[in-house]
Amino acid sequence: MDLSMKRFVSLAVAALIVGCGGGADDTGGEAADDAAGAGETAGPVVNPDSAGTITGVVSFEGTPPAPEPIDMAEEPTCAEKYTEPPVKEAAVVSDGNLANVYVYVKEGLPDLDFPAPSEGVTLDQTGCHYVPHVLAIQVGQPLVIKNSDGILHNINTQPSQNRGFNISQPVEMETEREFSTAEVMIPVKCDVHGWMEAYIGVQDHPYAAISGTDGTFSLENLPAGDYVIEAWHESFGTQTQNVTVGAQETQEITFTFSGEMAGLPVPLGEPLVLHADHAGVK
Amino acid sequence: MRRRAIPMAALAALLAGAPVSAQEAAPGRDVYDRWCAGCHGVEGEGDGAAAGTMLPRPRDFTTAQYQVRSTPSGALPTDADILHVIDEGMPGTAMPGWEDHLSQEERQALVGVLKGFSSFFESEAPAEPIDVGSPSGAGEEAVAAGRETYEKIECWKCHGRSGRGDGTSAPTLEDEDGLPIRAADLTEGWHFNGGSSVEAIYTRFRTGMNGTPMPSFSDLIEAEVVTDEQLWQVAHFVKSLSPETPRVREVVRAALLEEDELPATVDDERWSEVQRFYVPLVGQIIEEPRWFAPSVDGVWLQALHDGEELVVLLTWNDPSRSPDPGWDEWTAKIEAAMSGAAIPPAGAADTVSAADSALAGTPAGPASTPPPADLAPGAAAPAPASGPAEPPGGGSAVGHPYDTLIVQFPTAIPAGMERPYFLMGGADDPVYLWVWGSGREGIGEAVGHGFGDIRPLQGESILTAAAEYADGQWRLLVRRPLSGPEAENRLQLGPGRAIPMAIFAWDGSNGESGKKGSISTWYFLYLDRPSGKGVYVWPALATLLTAGLGLALVARAQRRSREGADVT
Repeated sequence: MDLSMKRFVSLAVAALIVGCGGGADDTGGEAADDAAGAGETAGPVVNPDSAGTITGVVSFEGTPPAPEPIDMAEEPTCAEKYTEPPVKEAAVVSDGNLANVYVYVKEGLPDLDFPAPSEGVTLDQTGCHYVPHVLAIQVGQPLVIKNSDGILHNINTQPSQNRGFNISQPVEMETEREFSTAEVMIPVKCDVHGWMEAYIGVQDHPYAAISGTDGTFSLENLPAGDYVIEAWHESFGTQTQNVTVGAQETQEITFTFSGEMAGLPVPLGEPLVLHADHAGVK
Repeated sequence: MRRRAIPMAALAALLAGAPVSAQEAAPGRDVYDRWCAGCHGVEGEGDGAAAGTMLPRPRDFTTAQYQVRSTPSGALPTDADILHVIDEGMPGTAMPGWEDHLSQEERQALVGVLKGFSSFFESEAPAEPIDVGSPSGAGEEAVAAGRETYEKIECWKCHGRSGRGDGTSAPTLEDEDGLPIRAADLTEGWHFNGGSSVEAIYTRFRTGMNGTPMPSFSDLIEAEVVTDEQLWQVAHFVKSLSPETPRVREVVRAALLEEDELPATVDDERWSEVQRFYVPLVGQIIEEPRWFAPSVDGVWLQALHDGEELVVLLTWNDPSRSPDPGWDEWTAKIEAAMSGAAIPPAGAADTVSAADSALAGTPAGPASTPPPADLAPGAAAPAPASGPAEPPGGGSAVGHPYDTLIVQFPTAIPAGMERPYFLMGGADDPVYLWVWGSGREGIGEAVGHGFGDIRPLQGESILTAAAEYADGQWRLLVRRPLSGPEAENRLQLGPGRAIPMAIFAWDGSNGESGKKGSISTWYFLYLDRPSGKGVYVWPALATLLTAGLGLALVARAQRRSREGADVT
């Protein structure tokens, strides 16, 4: 069921790309040529002239669930960093906008090879909280794990398609790791402080963003084309939209989540399917 | 001819290699199906028929997460790593070692079967073992330095200051599936998954234990937070926390203390001189509801008497001093994780719930519960036939998850090997019980006619107790006169006799009450004889008697041979 749906969607997308005529194909071709031609000089994979932007906002309807308070009494080092009582970030809503939504290009990108940026993305542990709470990273890009608290944290990543690691940081220090496979999403937890949670989205391309407290996000320098954009939230699940973006064009889209979506199953990576006959069961 | 055709055909097929090619398709698959699938599932997903009764659950091979490895955190195990666990088992879990049950060839083939369950073994490069070198340093200095690093890198957050698995984070720990998991009790090395040698402990630091909260500490060396030597010192320190694997003896000896007062407190220094006996406990899985996730896995006993009184010191590890609200979530998670395992078979449900409510000291049904009968000395003596005594474990159902310990004896020292039914006695063969609970901070005598019928002994208790809890450990001292006022079902103790004895323990915060707890089989308590005159008189008498009998025998033989000579 799942598989056939996916196949249908990708077929449809492929049909759209072809149907749209030369535009998308050309862009893809050019970009691919760029990438190939760039070689070791590492020029841009995507020509900015033929690229567009998707921006938007994630809004929230209805009453968000009340933030769950965190009892940090056992960890005074962290507790004293707060002036307001600390709360969980399972649903951060302000003025009807939802933060911490992972928005990314799920389908539609031409077959390009995006080199991993050498600059790392930092996941900080401060006040017994992960900052940021949701993080976007590329395959092979360094994940800089930082302990600013100076007390014991362990970083236990629990992916299903990458190999999970679980490492200790008992003092202020930094450690680097990377992921080898695209995955939405990789939960991160600290077993010492059970309330600490973060999510890492891994793509083999740079088109992923996290909605800010104002709900906004932006996917820039996207080759003109037709895309399936997905928005993922840890408490409210996923939504997708088909978006067509032209060269030097900016498409504005809106995702709307609501309190009624809480409790729905939130996908965390694709299950490992080893036997086709089990696909339907899983 | 026809009859023979089939075996011949089979033989021909065999020689032609048909079965061999079948074997090539899945070597070891038959072994897996026969010995492994019951727990690990036909598809290796850790969901075999027996999986629900186990905590931690059987390994799900599809994720290729293996706890005991020689490779870095997150890396795949080597074939040797997988084979090692198949051979040795996981001592802290239900996984047995197979070295003595399966051939080398079969166990080797299983490695391939297990790897076949996960595509990671195809997509990932095989991992290299971490070079752990050889142990650096040893001895008291290394242990002391290791303790300092243990503090510095905060191992105690989970494992506790004394290593008993009672750290501040211990109640919240979960495995990869969100099921509750214990921080290892570092004072029980014989339960370490992966072994308890210094090398094995150090390797666990370097590799972490995939699928559990135990992280890898390798980055600390790279970041120069600790040196390799310091990590070895922590391994020496952890190793030092466990005694040697205790030898279980059937007889717990109470030495005679003649010249001195019996110790009256758990802290009395003389306890360090008294021999310790280890009584291993297991979950109660004889009667429904069965309990597969016991918390208390052993009790240490030390006993002394002075001819008038007996004093017993019982020491056991329990990471929570119940009731402790800090463990409420753990309790709920354990109950949820084990609920599938506790479903009584059809037909037995009524009996079980009746027995449970009897144990819980409450009428079946309503939640409004009268305060349970108090067994504490000095409290109002329970009226005769006032109903069952306070339940073991206090019954989390009534919101008082106490820790409980029961010492069980027969009601009289048996002449032969006959003993009452070991699970709280039977309808016709009662047992005499010492019932201690953390909620009461007191102890009482009771009589058991089976799990469902435990009542306070009539009359005033002759027991006194003192209990202390510190760093994940209970120490309970119980005193009793050897002989007390005659009362129905009260055991009278005496020296020189093997007195059957069994131990039961409940950790309230682990959701234990009623039949959900830890039990032992029958052991014996033996009180040394007073070394009064008898010690000298009886051996002398015995010698005289033997000598006399010998002389008589010789004399008789001589007489016979004389008579025989006369005849000839």
